[in-house]
Amino acid sequence: MTLLGIRNLKVYFYSEDGMVRAVNDVDLDIGEGETLGIIGETGCGKTILGLSILRLLSENTKVEGRILYKGEDLLKLSEDEMRKIRGKEIAMIFQNPLSSMNPVLTVGTQVAEPVELHQHLDNQNAKEKVIEMLKSVRIPLPSKRVNEYPHEFSGGMRQRAMIAMGLICMPSLIIADEPTTGLDVTTQAQIVELMKEVLKDSGTSMLLITHDLGVAAELCDHMAVMYPGEIVEYADVRNIFKNPKHPYTRGFLDSLPGRGLKPIPGISPSLINIPEGCKFHPRCSYATGRCKKERPQMKKVGEKHFVRCFLYD
Amino acid sequence: MLTFILKRMCLMFIVILGVTMMTFLIMHFTPGDPAEMIAMARYGVDDLTQEDIEWIRVQEGLDAPLHIQYIKWLNHAIHGDLGCSLINGQPVLSEILVRFPATIKLAAVSMLVALIIAIPVGIISATRQYSLTDNVSMMGAMLGVSMPNFWLGLLLILLFSVHLGWFPVCGYGGFEYIILPALTLGTGMAAITTRLTRSSMLEVLRQDYIRTARAKGLSEKVVISKHALKNALIPIVTVIGMQFGRVLEGAVIIETIFAWPGIGKLLVDSIYARDFAMIQGGVLFVAVIFVIVNLVVDISYTYLDPRIRYEGVK
Amino acid sequence: MSGTGTMKSRKKLAFQQLKKNKIAIIGLIIIISLAFIALFAPFIAPHDPIEQNLDKRLLSPSGEYPMGTDDLGRCLLSRIIYGARVSLKLGVIVVGIITVIGVTLGLISGYYGGIVDEIIMRLVDVVLAFPGIILALAIAGALGPGLFNVMLALAMVGWTGLARVVRGSVLSVKQKEFVESARALGCSDLHIMTRHILPNVMAPVIVLATLDMAFIILAAAGLSFLGLGAQPPTPEWGSMLNNGRAFIQTAPHLTTFPGLAIMVAVLAFNFLGDGLRDILDPRQQRELKE
Ligand SMILES: Nc1ncnc2c1ncn2[C@@H]1O[C@H](COP(=O)(O)OP(=O)(O)OP(=O)(O)O)[C@@H](O)[C@H]1O
Ligand code: SF4
Ligand SMILES: [Mg+2]
Repeated sequence: MTLLGIRNLKVYFYSEDGMVRAVNDVDLDIGEGETLGIIGETGCGKTILGLSILRLLSENTKVEGRILYKGEDLLKLSEDEMRKIRGKEIAMIFQNPLSSMNPVLTVGTQVAEPVELHQHLDNQNAKEKVIEMLKSVRIPLPSKRVNEYPHEFSGGMRQRAMIAMGLICMPSLIIADEPTTGLDVTTQAQIVELMKEVLKDSGTSMLLITHDLGVAAELCDHMAVMYPGEIVEYADVRNIFKNPKHPYTRGFLDSLPGRGLKPIPGISPSLINIPEGCKFHPRCSYATGRCKKERPQMKKVGEKHFVRCFLYD
Repeated sequence: MLTFILKRMCLMFIVILGVTMMTFLIMHFTPGDPAEMIAMARYGVDDLTQEDIEWIRVQEGLDAPLHIQYIKWLNHAIHGDLGCSLINGQPVLSEILVRFPATIKLAAVSMLVALIIAIPVGIISATRQYSLTDNVSMMGAMLGVSMPNFWLGLLLILLFSVHLGWFPVCGYGGFEYIILPALTLGTGMAAITTRLTRSSMLEVLRQDYIRTARAKGLSEKVVISKHALKNALIPIVTVIGMQFGRVLEGAVIIETIFAWPGIGKLLVDSIYARDFAMIQGGVLFVAVIFVIVNLVVDISYTYLDPRIRYEGVK
Repeated sequence: MSGTGTMKSRKKLAFQQLKKNKIAIIGLIIIISLAFIALFAPFIAPHDPIEQNLDKRLLSPSGEYPMGTDDLGRCLLSRIIYGARVSLKLGVIVVGIITVIGVTLGLISGYYGGIVDEIIMRLVDVVLAFPGIILALAIAGALGPGLFNVMLALAMVGWTGLARVVRGSVLSVKQKEFVESARALGCSDLHIMTRHILPNVMAPVIVLATLDMAFIILAAAGLSFLGLGAQPPTPEWGSMLNNGRAFIQTAPHLTTFPGLAIMVAVLAFNFLGDGLRDILDPRQQRELKE
């Protein structure tokens, strides 16, 4: 059953340099207990997509389309109703835990907030719950560390605390924004292991934003490849790796260290001057005249496998 | 942490030494012969002989080279001897200490007034950036910064004392006496503090952790009061030290207008009376107090911000 | 050599942005008007600012005396108009001096670093250790009353902010390639400082000098208010205000108008300075965008 359905989502910023189309016509579904990965180069709008689900974008942003959560359109909810969803139904684990945690509040205070708010636990019960939670994300000496400040934690520990903060209310959906970026390889592996376990135990769905394909391969059921503002390929995780269709996906895979380290020629377009037609055409070796003029639509190329490319027309 | 405090203390002593030098030099380069002035103060203008002046010069060590005079003066100053008033012969330091509480009282109430106005207005302005409220408060703050406080004081007297008769025009006494001077000083300071609170708050509201707090479902009120305010207040605390300097500065004029018997009025009166010993002592005292207050503020700042506290321990 | 072209286009851009910044424009218009009033005071003022008219003392504002008369029967409006001369002249001279001192010391401090820097910065610390105008008050008090002494006193204390800011900017500009290459070409220190570094630190200097203008006018009025500055019969706003104080009950216009004049002048420079900062300081600009 679908838990979250994104339909025709568009996100625009009005900035002095012009309109920024950060998300353009995105359609996605996440089923219950499913993990969907979003991969793409830096700046392609992944975080913006995640934030738009929780409606956390700044006020100069315009969001269009529908975001259906358990059948209800989040974009139509009042701010009060939305607050009951945030942290309780849908939680977000942010990129860069150091800047995403309040430097002047203890980790315990910050992790406790969602349960105090949504489950109305008093201080004492909340604290017990926090300690339990920190233990379950394998933070050693949790009863001591609750009283420490974020900067006293190491990067890996901070990431764990961030995960604990997201999971503490047992949300139905977690949006995890690059949970392993900036960590060393061992810690990365530990975090991935931890998330796998937690997801299995709780049956929580997850939207995993990452540009690390290894992490995606470990955790995801399906994957969506994003190229400035839009999804260019969607498939189950096996097909993305074994049978990539879109030239960009292939290029992306080939640029990986394990696969030849061939970078995609050209640079990622800025979100302001997006090329007409297929956005990838300036960098695509298969590009034809049509690619420059017309924008390709998502085409079904197999069981749950969609591609936005004229090669498959 | 300890090294930080020690370093700051060292720097403070260098600065205070510089302050004493500067104070000493200013008074030394006053036009006229200091020996003659002291003699005049002691014996009156009429029966003053050249011998008297020379005798005073030797007596007071004014014939010694400059650096010897300075060292002697500094030595006395360190032992709390700032000399005697040229007018009434009273020790300068005791006169200052008598006047100091009045200034502190005025300073404290003014700062309270400033913070009571500035912090809420600054926060509201920041949370509603570019709204009508924000524009009006920022315009008000700009007016407050540009308005001469001596004029504001007079206007308040005009309104509240002359027209409405609510408060006494000037003087020192009960609660009703402090209201107008404190309001005058406080609103001026509030203007600067409001602008600072606003920009500090805007800076904090941009931070990632504010988004995290919102993502938990916290209401805007909690996000502001629990997550943003504490961070935004950290830079404001440093400015409170500087604000204290403004109070002392403002006190000079405000105490004169309201006949408030503090150090500011003492300084101005001494300038009128050309009581150089008193001016020198008063300025030195005020500067040293200011330096110490700033040191205390700096240190308390490190306690407020757990990041610095931690760095310091390491 | 070092991008005079970009300097020019930046100036042009800054001017365009200035046009967008309404507050700054208002400030600029007031300043230009004040300068005009000061320059043409003899033609604008309805009366002689100094001439006494003892049977027309303490008159309330009327057709002949739009702002009334003071205790010696002098036309208050005329005195305020001439007062613009005093305040602006004083402001320009003092700000000119402190800009030269501040920029020179800041350049030397930032460029040479080391012991020179240490000495200059400690001197700044010492001057800043005195709260606000208290040092100026002491200097003016020691030198005796008079406008010249007030100017001297304010110049002695006013340069510190500029020195600090220039030093900071120099430190960041010093690392840039064009400075390195000028040094490699064998340019003298003086040449590098004036031709390469100075143009690149001008933006904050302009902003600060404008804001200092506000501060100096305010401080000078304050010292004059205390009787240390302009002496009678010079028409100076601060001393006029002080003079009017005695008549606050009977002739409140003597306190109202001079104070208003000070505030308008100070406000104008603060407006312009703030506007210029918005335009020239990129960090602040980002704040504006959001
Ligand atoms: N408030 C805003 N106004 C204008 N543009 C913005 C704003 N916030 C983000 N952007 C732009 O939107 C684009 C998408 O940003 P986003 O953070 O979603 O990228 P990302 O895919 O998460 O990248 P990364 O992998 O680096 O995290 C960026 O190019 C950014 O410059
Ligand atoms: S549509 Fe054309 S340009 Fe775009 S990816 Fe396919 S082939 Fe390349
Ligand atoms: Mg991101």
